Amino acid sequence: MAIESTNTEQPTIRVVLAKLGLDGHDRGIKVVARILRDAGMEVVYLGLRQTTASIVAAAEEEDADAIGLSMHNAGHLALAPSMLAALHDADLDIPLIIGGIIPEADIPILEGSGVAAILGPGAPAEEVVTAVRGAVAART
Amino acid sequence: MSVKKLSVPELVGRALEGDRRAIGRMLTLIERGGEPADEITDLTHPATKGAHVVGITGAPGAGKSTLTGQLIRHLPTLGLKPAVLAVDPSSPLTGGAILGDRVRMDDVAGDGGFIRSVATRGYAGGLALSVPGSVRAFDACGFGPVLIETVGVGQVEVDVAGAADTTVVVVNPGWGDAVQANKAGLLEVADVFVINKADRDGANDTRRDLELMLDLSHVSGLEDGTGYRPPILMTTATDGLGVEAMWEAVTAHQAHLEATSALERRRAARFRYEVASRLTTRMERSIARSLDGLTPDGRSPATVAADLAADLLA
Repeated sequence: MAIESTNTEQPTIRVVLAKLGLDGHDRGIKVVARILRDAGMEVVYLGLRQTTASIVAAAEEEDADAIGLSMHNAGHLALAPSMLAALHDADLDIPLIIGGIIPEADIPILEGSGVAAILGPGAPAEEVVTAVRGAVAART
Repeated sequence: MSVKKLSVPELVGRALEGDRRAIGRMLTLIERGGEPADEITDLTHPATKGAHVVGITGAPGAGKSTLTGQLIRHLPTLGLKPAVLAVDPSSPLTGGAILGDRVRMDDVAGDGGFIRSVATRGYAGGLALSVPGSVRAFDACGFGPVLIETVGVGQVEVDVAGAADTTVVVVNPGWGDAVQANKAGLLEVADVFVINKADRDGANDTRRDLELMLDLSHVSGLEDGTGYRPPILMTTATDGLGVEAMWEAVTAHQAHLEATSALERRRAARFRYEVASRLTTRMERSIARSLDGLTPDGRSPATVAADLAADLLA
């Protein structure tokens, strides 16, 4: 059957991907969008210059199962916690995954603050998909 | 408390009160289909208020998302509370999708309006199977108008005309000549034409070709049946130019529909269409069940199909 219309199979994972703040490096996040698409997920791509408020609104409207942010401007230690706080304030229990240039020393700090997974440059497609699936499964 | 743990009636109740997370979750269940979706249809149907449904369709890259983004910025200034269903294609190979329409609708989400990205999930025709149910849900939750942005379409994907009260067809300068304009299909379903990217060369040629095409509809008597001639608007969506005039044309069409009882006819047709599509879905499930494990047994395919049909329809 060409038409998928029953809910008997595994529900499709919906992921919101965005660049938060003033960071124009979007090559990586576009690759990640494609990797997740090819793994059968529905990727809602918000693009550049998003705010925590616009990401929260999109996550609500799109009923996101996970949020992925790409960070390449060394703002992660400020931006990731503010994103988590915004999700908490909106009472949204959605895993946050960070990708991009994250120095190794910062990884435990981000993990400690509640980031569900961190994907560095060169992370293979399989690792990206596993991280998203794992983060979603851990919340359901 | 997570909306995922609510029962369907509780979820719909919260959604009808305007809880955005509940609305988002309800749309997910509608998209997944099956019994919860049917239950939501039953619960939202009595709460509908008859929101104006506007389809926006056209080729990939014509500017549908950018126009829709401008509309949802404009409509709240008129005291309206728009909702958008932005449809993008699912991969036929993996089922995955990149839903990118929000990129061109930034700064508007959460501002009273509501944008939902929808994947086609294998449904052809330019929409997703769930669209009528999602439109009803938005209507019941007090949104209006409901804008449906189709996938980028070719010449024949005209399902949106069955799902909307007013269909806007977006074309661009240099899209083709007068012969293209008179081919059957997409252009026939337009209630409003928009020539977007009108700052580019050839916009007036495109306008002339469309006007000529509409003149010929007049010659054929198609126009007389309705007394309505689709207007042609010029827009430059990236700058918002022409968007207000475009919306005026959409509301003029709505007024025409209301004045001529055409609205009632369209909505009755839409009702029949939705019942037919739900019936088809049920039948397809039954067909899938009867095909399960079927192997060649020497009888012709026609005979096997006739026998199975007799069982299915018994």
